[in-house]
Amino acid sequence: MKTRLIHWFKFSSPQNFYVLAGRLQPLFTALAVLLLSVGLWISFFVAPTDAQQGEGYRIIFVHVPASQMSMFIYLIMAAWAGVGLVLNTRLSSMMASALAPTGALFALLSLVTGALWGKPMWGAWWVWDARLTSELILLFLYLGFLALQSSIDDPRRADKACAVLALVGVVNVPIIYFSVKWWNTLHQGASVSMTKSPSMAAPMLWGMLIMVVAFWMYTIAVALARVRNIILERERHTEWVKHAVE
Amino acid sequence: MQWNSISDFFAMGGYAFYVWGSFGLTAVVMLGEALVIRRQRAELIRHLRTELLFESASS
Repeated sequence: MKTRLIHWFKFSSPQNFYVLAGRLQPLFTALAVLLLSVGLWISFFVAPTDAQQGEGYRIIFVHVPASQMSMFIYLIMAAWAGVGLVLNTRLSSMMASALAPTGALFALLSLVTGALWGKPMWGAWWVWDARLTSELILLFLYLGFLALQSSIDDPRRADKACAVLALVGVVNVPIIYFSVKWWNTLHQGASVSMTKSPSMAAPMLWGMLIMVVAFWMYTIAVALARVRNIILERERHTEWVKHAVE
Repeated sequence: MQWNSISDFFAMGGYAFYVWGSFGLTAVVMLGEALVIRRQRAELIRHLRTELLFESASS
């Protein structure tokens, strides 16, 4: 019996992945647009007013997705960078580079929407609390990654240096996640827990989960589009890129 | 639905600045990022094409 083999390693070549990413990107863009529309509609028209925070709580529908993306993107970025460092695969490092700017933007959005939520609810834009401070460090780690990359001219050397920085910075992610448990903080605990039943009203929870998935789809679409640019730029002296841009 | 009128909706129960500020900024950042990547791609391809032209002219 003949089994059909998919040659996954085929896609570790930048040339093949460039084509694959080009095909997948419109699909993820469409999913992102669809889920964002549904998520926004639930955020404003289905989810009820909160008993304590009135309409102000609706910031949760962008704050939580942005915050969790900023942490997940960091983990995925560090994993790709680590694979690139160990296996010396160019495409893995390119994936890490493609994710860094998006992660930085989500960390920034997390801090800004958090400030916009903190001001009316806590009376302060910013407090030096464990959750907020560790998220700020996450933003600095992303900015450090981007700055280090642009300061080294040789892309392969930049990949290696950035991989080390990214891997060391991973220690910060569990600190952010558990900060609300480990220290007394002003920030509320986890919105969704694996072990406890949800404490939120169902439409609020669904709205938030749909927005989270929508942000994932957006991130995948944007990372695929950016990695295509990086591939073109770094492989510009190869024959296939010359044919591709002709 | 909890909104009695359009102005009620935009007022967000007094939290208009904070709620619309959060959603607005998120929208600007996400749309902006997508547009920047798109423009980078167009510029990159234009640049690579000119490089190719010079190469074929000099050989």
